[in-house]
Amino acid sequence: MVNFALENAWLIPFLPFMAFVLIALVFKPLPKVSAFVAITCMLTSFVLAIQIGIGVFLDAERFIEEPLKHTFTWFSMSGLTIEMGTQIDPTSAMMLFVVTLVASLVQIYSLGYMHGDVGFSRFFAYLSLFAMSMLGLVIAPNLLQMFVFWELVGLCSYLLIGFWFFKYSAREAAKKAFITTRTGDFGLLLGLLLLQINFGTLDLVKLGEMIPNFTQYGLTASGLTVIAIILFLGPIGKSGQFPLHVWLPDAMEGPTPVSALIHAATMVVAGVYLVGRSLILFQTVPAAMTFVACIGAFTALFAATIAVTQVEMKKILAYSTVSQLGYMMLALGCGSLTASMFHLMTHAFFKALMFLGAGCVLHGMHNELNIWKYGGLKKYMPVTYWTFLIGCLAIAGIPPFAGFWSKDEILLVTYNMFAHGHQPIYLVLFIMAVITAGLTAFYMFRMFFICFHGELRDEHAHPHEAPPSMLIALIVLGALSIVGGLVGMPWLEHPFGYYVRLGEFEHEAPNYFIMVGSVVVACIGIFTAITIYLKKSVSHEKLAEQYKGIYTVLYNKYYIDEIYLWLIHNVLDGLGRFLWWVDITIVDGIVDGVGKSTQGLGSILRRAQTGKLQHYALVLFAGVVILVVIMAMTGTSSASSMLGGVR
Amino acid sequence: MMGNIGLEHFLIFSGTLFCIGLFGALAKRNVIAILMGLEIMLNSVNINLVAFSRYATTGDLTGQVFAIFVVAVAAAEVAVGLALIVAIYRDRMSVNVEDFDWLKW
Repeated sequence: MVNFALENAWLIPFLPFMAFVLIALVFKPLPKVSAFVAITCMLTSFVLAIQIGIGVFLDAERFIEEPLKHTFTWFSMSGLTIEMGTQIDPTSAMMLFVVTLVASLVQIYSLGYMHGDVGFSRFFAYLSLFAMSMLGLVIAPNLLQMFVFWELVGLCSYLLIGFWFFKYSAREAAKKAFITTRTGDFGLLLGLLLLQINFGTLDLVKLGEMIPNFTQYGLTASGLTVIAIILFLGPIGKSGQFPLHVWLPDAMEGPTPVSALIHAATMVVAGVYLVGRSLILFQTVPAAMTFVACIGAFTALFAATIAVTQVEMKKILAYSTVSQLGYMMLALGCGSLTASMFHLMTHAFFKALMFLGAGCVLHGMHNELNIWKYGGLKKYMPVTYWTFLIGCLAIAGIPPFAGFWSKDEILLVTYNMFAHGHQPIYLVLFIMAVITAGLTAFYMFRMFFICFHGELRDEHAHPHEAPPSMLIALIVLGALSIVGGLVGMPWLEHPFGYYVRLGEFEHEAPNYFIMVGSVVVACIGIFTAITIYLKKSVSHEKLAEQYKGIYTVLYNKYYIDEIYLWLIHNVLDGLGRFLWWVDITIVDGIVDGVGKSTQGLGSILRRAQTGKLQHYALVLFAGVVILVVIMAMTGTSSASSMLGGVR
Repeated sequence: MMGNIGLEHFLIFSGTLFCIGLFGALAKRNVIAILMGLEIMLNSVNINLVAFSRYATTGDLTGQVFAIFVVAVAAAEVAVGLALIVAIYRDRMSVNVEDFDWLKW
């Protein structure tokens, strides 16, 4: 079974694709059958992914040395061979597990959440298509296949955000997501082209060997840095990094399971995964590394500060996602594939958990969005309450929950870059990351206390607990959020970093200073939240009043959307109007001018056509006379040449 | 003096005839007269052909044969030309070439 799974890894993306085709073509009128097909295929993929996981992690050495690859040639021409296939190594095995797990749970959850929706079948078809795209991306052995599935993932995101397309805001959000990520993808495509031109291949393994010797391929260090940064534009868009993060919070217009699946656990980490896969490129040029780290750390802090003031559960979670993705980028910028992938995994567990929990709350509160209308939900929905608490503790970084271990790892690698790598800028990044950790704990528990504690503020609401199909997912993810991080404990002989890594494995002694420090920071955040929102010893309204300026800026998300709107309205539209003017007056002017001058010339020359036969005959005769005269004067040669060489 | 008639005489004669025909074709207003001018020009060419055949070649009859061809083709051409003139006359009630200007722009 394990061998079968390893040899036939293509089945993992193929099964959900089959489900998509079956639902789209056959089962669409039968919602229950559609859901059954989708979930069956997804669970089968999940089982296969587990088998692969077993195979890979039991025999890790072999797969770390050389990934298991199965490829076939998609098309080939001289100088360019494009392959498709599968590549199994610990990183992709881990991702396969996470994606199939979360996708399966989300599909089961959707049974309850989407119950009775007119688009029930369509929803499951899209979810399956999405799973196929993401799994195809994860398993890709070369960057081009990754790019193909990357765009498919973007398409699914568009379809699912705009799932309730009768809502104006959903349509707008879908377009915004698509266009924003496409903006970044342009850079990604350009980066891939540059890699292909310079190295002649996009195969991950081959690139891994070639890039460190880039000087042999006629590249300079600065040239490679430019390639890396252009390539990084794609992940900036897809993983919601500053300044292209704007689409992610708006993407919450989609149904909540979609938010959990795509905009928290899987799709948005595609960018992180891609950088992780091509990390060797970034490691070769330190400037690009620092760039990635700075973008990551800045995004983390930036999004965390916004999340503090938001009043919609899903918006807070969305900004928290942006912030956590920033953490992952920061880890990659420190050159640590381990820390980034580890946080990716734990984040997938607890963020999916919290989104699904938020879905339960929305379900129970009949789609009331404002958290200030909630309150005291603890007594109405106990399961949601407890699982949500686990999620909050995990993301806040309280041991032994999952988030603690992975966030600790990220803080550690950042600190090490400063302490052992002697790069002072990483100290700034480290401090930013620590502040973010505190803020994360604060805003999460702010939301938690407002939603679940106190008294219900909206007396018309009748909150109720979600159906069992939704709670199953919460419980499974809750369990994983507790134990999921233990695989990365630094005391283990073979921790997470032994399997998922780039370069040699070094057993690092646990750094208790950072461990204790991060817990203290998290506790400060939590206690601040308790003081303000649970005990209410400090009035949050007064605080907001006191720091009105900061509060307004944060509440309006630093006016980034407004700035973009202004830029588009003025700069882009202005440029458009200018180019329109150029087109209408200059380009069209030239084209019209050619036509008009022909017309004018014609209207003059047509006077020669009198229509009188005798005029024509006279001209003909005069021509003959002239030729004869020339012949007589110069001999026959010049005249015969005028007659076309006839002798 | 008859014996002194040579190639030059024929050429001058045919040249004169050609000029008369050309003048008729260019200056006359009546379409029938123009057609007649054309015929005169063709016949001047025929005289040229026969004269050259008689004086400039050694006894073969190429020029004469060619002249007969020209006569035959001219006859056909006149038939077509007259038919056109009749058709135009029925339409326009005129044989004045100045009225036939509808090839103009």
